[in-house]
Amino acid sequence: MEYLTVHSPILIVAVPLLAAFVTPLISRMGNKVRDTFNVTLFGFTMFLVAILAIDIYTGGTRVYTLGAAVPELAIPENYMVPVRIMFQVDGISIFMGLTTTIVMLAALVYSLQFLKNETGQDRFYSLLMLLYVGMIGLEFTGDMFNLFVFLEILSIAGASLASYRTNLADAVEGGFKYIVISAVSALLVLFAIGILYGQYNLLSIAALANAMQFNTLDMIALAMLAIAFVMKLAGVPLHMWAPDTYAVAPAGITPMIYTSSAASMYALYRVTFTLYGGHFDTTAIGWVVIILGVLSMFIGVMMAIHQTDIKRLMAYHAISQSGYMLLGVGVGLAVLTDPVALASYGRDAMNGGIFHIINNALYKGMLFLTAEAIFFRIGTRDLNRMGGLGHNMKWTTIFFIIGALAISGIPPFNGFASKLLIYESVFRFNPLLSIIAMFVSLVTLASFTKVFYSAFTGPEMPAYKEVREVPRSMLIGMGIMAACIIFFSIFPGLVVDTIVAPATEALIDQASYINGVMGVAP
Amino acid sequence: MMQYIPYNIPFIAVALLVGIALFIIIFKRNLIKIVMGIAILEAGVNLFLVTLGYRAGGVAPIYTMTPEGAMVLPVPQALTLTSIVIGVSVIALMLTMVMHTYRHMGDIDARKSRLLKG
Amino acid sequence: MLSKIVRTISNQLILFVLVFGLYIIMHGHVTPGGGFQGGAVIASGVVMMIVAFGSGEIKKSLRESHLSVIESGGALIFIGMAFAGMGTVFFYNFLVGTPVFGGIPPTGPNPGHVWTGGVIPIMNFGVGLKVIAGLSAIVLAMALFSSGEEMEE
Repeated sequence: MEYLTVHSPILIVAVPLLAAFVTPLISRMGNKVRDTFNVTLFGFTMFLVAILAIDIYTGGTRVYTLGAAVPELAIPENYMVPVRIMFQVDGISIFMGLTTTIVMLAALVYSLQFLKNETGQDRFYSLLMLLYVGMIGLEFTGDMFNLFVFLEILSIAGASLASYRTNLADAVEGGFKYIVISAVSALLVLFAIGILYGQYNLLSIAALANAMQFNTLDMIALAMLAIAFVMKLAGVPLHMWAPDTYAVAPAGITPMIYTSSAASMYALYRVTFTLYGGHFDTTAIGWVVIILGVLSMFIGVMMAIHQTDIKRLMAYHAISQSGYMLLGVGVGLAVLTDPVALASYGRDAMNGGIFHIINNALYKGMLFLTAEAIFFRIGTRDLNRMGGLGHNMKWTTIFFIIGALAISGIPPFNGFASKLLIYESVFRFNPLLSIIAMFVSLVTLASFTKVFYSAFTGPEMPAYKEVREVPRSMLIGMGIMAACIIFFSIFPGLVVDTIVAPATEALIDQASYINGVMGVAP
Repeated sequence: MMQYIPYNIPFIAVALLVGIALFIIIFKRNLIKIVMGIAILEAGVNLFLVTLGYRAGGVAPIYTMTPEGAMVLPVPQALTLTSIVIGVSVIALMLTMVMHTYRHMGDIDARKSRLLKG
Repeated sequence: MLSKIVRTISNQLILFVLVFGLYIIMHGHVTPGGGFQGGAVIASGVVMMIVAFGSGEIKKSLRESHLSVIESGGALIFIGMAFAGMGTVFFYNFLVGTPVFGGIPPTGPNPGHVWTGGVIPIMNFGVGLKVIAGLSAIVLAMALFSSGEEMEE
């Protein structure tokens, strides 16, 4: 057990990678063998994530160096800086890891029966495991160039999966837009990494944070990194790809692509808080993030009102909910250098923003899965042609109601808990922002009432008389997320104290991140 | 100032390549031209990475039969190699998607072959 | 299918291309080269055969299942070598000092020793296999797609 805990950062990345490589060979023996193989290896990965989480929450940051004599030896003898590839897991990394793992579990179980009649299934599972590896690698890495490589892995896997249904013309178009935006943003990240390397000769995040001098070239690098990550997380000036891509992705892929946008948001926080954090006055950067958040909230929900395609509507709501996360953490970034304000409302704002990440992944993911369930049964995504599905698809309707109430911030669901944290703390920072947030929440509720009314209620349409409930594995996939939502709704305080508060501490406290690596100098 | 120009020619080339590539990606409508724009952008960023490692008067960083003297930095060359491999995969994926779009819609003009709007 | 001159010369040249590509793969830890570079050279040899003979002829020799097995085999060699060092740390170079690829190269200019490097030449070989199979499959699939056929199982 001690061995597994010490080696868990790399095993969580390597075991799904092994599954991705072996799947084309194993699928020659039949579909059932391949499905059990993938589910077993992913179950082992979940177990490793759980024991790593317990270890981080009791012990602190964990460092893993690839190829050294001992895993924790970050700096070899006679060297002053780390030279090997490192994984460094702290509170916010393991928080994002937990989010990714729960969403991946639901997506994997959901896809088991969704793909029964499609061809090329072994490539689907290979690519799904590669997408998971890309996300977890992005969240656990301690090295800037590794961040670029995992960002590209998840872009390529996500784009291939989004255009999986090549018999439909719009699926290929959605995937094409995703890969063009991802390629441009990743090349911008590489340019910024080149600028930083040319100045300091260092690639690891902790060593760069220690040596950062913040001259003009560093400001250019920060601007490029920020633009690249905002492109990837579908923040508002650069959000054009998101509705197209989220609408056409099959099975459980839309929650995974949405969670990869959340991973890009994590990368943005890692760069602004840890890499550039301690040296300069972050008020200006914080205000930029806040303005992006408010724009995303407002424009996202306004564009969502008149959509008739159910997944496109949900995609615009996903953009608007990302605005809440940017708003909460942006307030924390703006008051980072002011200890009084930080203690009174800065931490609560960041707690709200970070708690909203996992809440949103859960209920937005579940809403996307219900929309795909409807598409699976009736073959269309157009709201004008749906009606009366609540008579036949009872479980799907219940899951949709839970998701719609949670996203609008209705008590007692978990959306209300995180939004209340954001409202209260942002109100003390600037009242206008909080009022905009509440207004956006109202319009969200109105929009989802429209969807519920047109899709699920009403008389039963004659074309849909034989529509039955979706297969059992899809219901289990949605049920996993619903169970997590209900658990988070009943015990929000427990969740915030156990999972979210260490993440906020890890972001604010830059010094302990640096000491985790540089402090082990011989 | 004039004596710095020979050392800065690669960086000027990088700026030109990145500028031309961004112009192509934003303003051209033919899908194949957008793919070419991304290939040019990638070439520019790779050139930037390799140029960063240059040390004046250095030789290639290989130990086999090499003359004495300083060597250029080998780490940016490893980073560039990884970037080239990723670039090959991305270009292959994009070209496949363009081929599928052509088969479905019969036209690769980005304005005429759009289905997802609004 | 191109003319007889082109086909004959391609038949002769493919052997040189294969030998050159394997040379680049196997000497990757001493001279410039390595897995991806050598694999790309051999894949361009395959492209030369596709252009000379037409994709319909090459389709009968390169089947999709064979290429898939070679690709997965190459990837498994790579990650198997990485896992084999798990006694200490992932990716640990456990073959240094052992008789298999385990010499210590001297520092400074020297004529280059192939029997050094530890795990690296074996990983180069695995990556080379994967790149050959992957790039050949991509080019063959694209050539067949544009003429309306599919790859053979």
